[in-house]
Amino acid sequence: MFTDQLGIVYALLGAAVAVLFAGAGSAIGVGVAGQAAAGVVTEDPSKFAKVLILQLLPGTQGIYGLLVGFIVLSKVGLLGGGAAEISLQTGLLIFAACLPIGIVGLISGMHQGRTAVASIGIVAKKPEQFAKSMLFPAMVETYAILALLISILAVTSINV
Amino acid sequence: MADNYVYAVARIRSLEISLFSNAVIDQLIACKSYENCIQFLQEKGWGDSDTPSDAEAILTKEREKTWETIRELTSDMSVFDVLSYPNLFHNLKAAIKQVVMGKTGANIFYDDCSIDGETMVKYISEKNYQSLPDIMQTAAREAYETFVQTKDGQLCDIIVDKAALEAIYQAGKKSDNVILRDYAESTVAVADIKIAVRSQRTTKSMDFMKQAMAECQSVSVERLAHAALNGMESICSYLDETGYSEGAEALRESASAFERWCDNRIINTIKPQKYNSFSIGPLVAYVLARENEIKTVRIILSGKQNGFSDESIRERVREMYV
Repeated sequence: MFTDQLGIVYALLGAAVAVLFAGAGSAIGVGVAGQAAAGVVTEDPSKFAKVLILQLLPGTQGIYGLLVGFIVLSKVGLLGGGAAEISLQTGLLIFAACLPIGIVGLISGMHQGRTAVASIGIVAKKPEQFAKSMLFPAMVETYAILALLISILAVTSINV
Repeated sequence: MADNYVYAVARIRSLEISLFSNAVIDQLIACKSYENCIQFLQEKGWGDSDTPSDAEAILTKEREKTWETIRELTSDMSVFDVLSYPNLFHNLKAAIKQVVMGKTGANIFYDDCSIDGETMVKYISEKNYQSLPDIMQTAAREAYETFVQTKDGQLCDIIVDKAALEAIYQAGKKSDNVILRDYAESTVAVADIKIAVRSQRTTKSMDFMKQAMAECQSVSVERLAHAALNGMESICSYLDETGYSEGAEALRESASAFERWCDNRIINTIKPQKYNSFSIGPLVAYVLARENEIKTVRIILSGKQNGFSDESIRERVREMYV
């Protein structure tokens, strides 16, 4: 009886993990890249647009986390106002489905930020190589997308 | 936290664009006269609008600009102390000689280090060694007393120079930064090799060399001094055994090639910092690169002033960081 009520708690915890960890990863990544971007703009304001794009690349993990969070909330009916009856097992399934984007979002966000910093160094010295410099942080993105894919597939395929 | 330098390193990256590349140095050498060189430097933004068109004024202004930038970028200047040790110890030498000889007037001191000329002279004349940094105290006392007793300027110089090398080496060893460790090791080893080469040319004794050389990891003072006693070729063959075999090649080529190699070696030590985005390394490398750039420009300008051919100037020009 009591354990039945825990289902919705785990489902919500899953949404929280997705938004929280992926968002934190992005915040760290965008933050560190922003410091480097500010350094370049201090010396050469004309590079603002280019370094801004590089700074924003690690921001996507937060959006992915948000997306998974939304899907979970709408799935369990919290967005519509009436929470569905969720068994403990279903709640745990939803929680597990949220883990990939939460954990991978955190780690990839941090590392994408560091790669963006290095790429901002490329733009500072060789602005004509901007396209190439974008590819390095974009490679890290691959793994965030893979995690997002699995999280979405898993959450949507769970029957509530 | 390493991230503290992200902003600073990004700014340094932007500033590195305006460092002179080898191509720019070639253009400078190609200038017809000393006046053309000065004009070229001013067009490149060297000096300020109110700096006179004089080599020394422009170069001094450029050095000031470097330190101004570094002071803006970091509040922890202690890391950079080691870079100013040669100037600091130079001030000590100059102060000892000024105090003992009683001559004043000539501008023989560096101002951009922790103890300026005036203060140093005050400390030495009052024999107030305790106010000097720990690393200088013993050497200052010993050098002063030696100079008073013997009036031998060279002996006084080698005591202070050795203390400077030991201070650099100790600072490097204590430091967590790879760049400072490498810089210290390279600086001391290159200085030892220079002492050996010069001692060989002026036929100095074993004792003299041991007194002047500082211990370091990559070369052995004992073996280097022995090699110097046996002639230039033994120095070269000893260097071939160490990591400094290129120095041996330069030494076989000519004296100026060897001097150039000594500076290039330091620049090569710091080059990996071009690909480092997170530590203080690139800041240290930038300061050293600027010093190297200013030195190279000074060599070119004095070459032009004294009517050297482009070829002989080029032989003395150092490798650039970018």
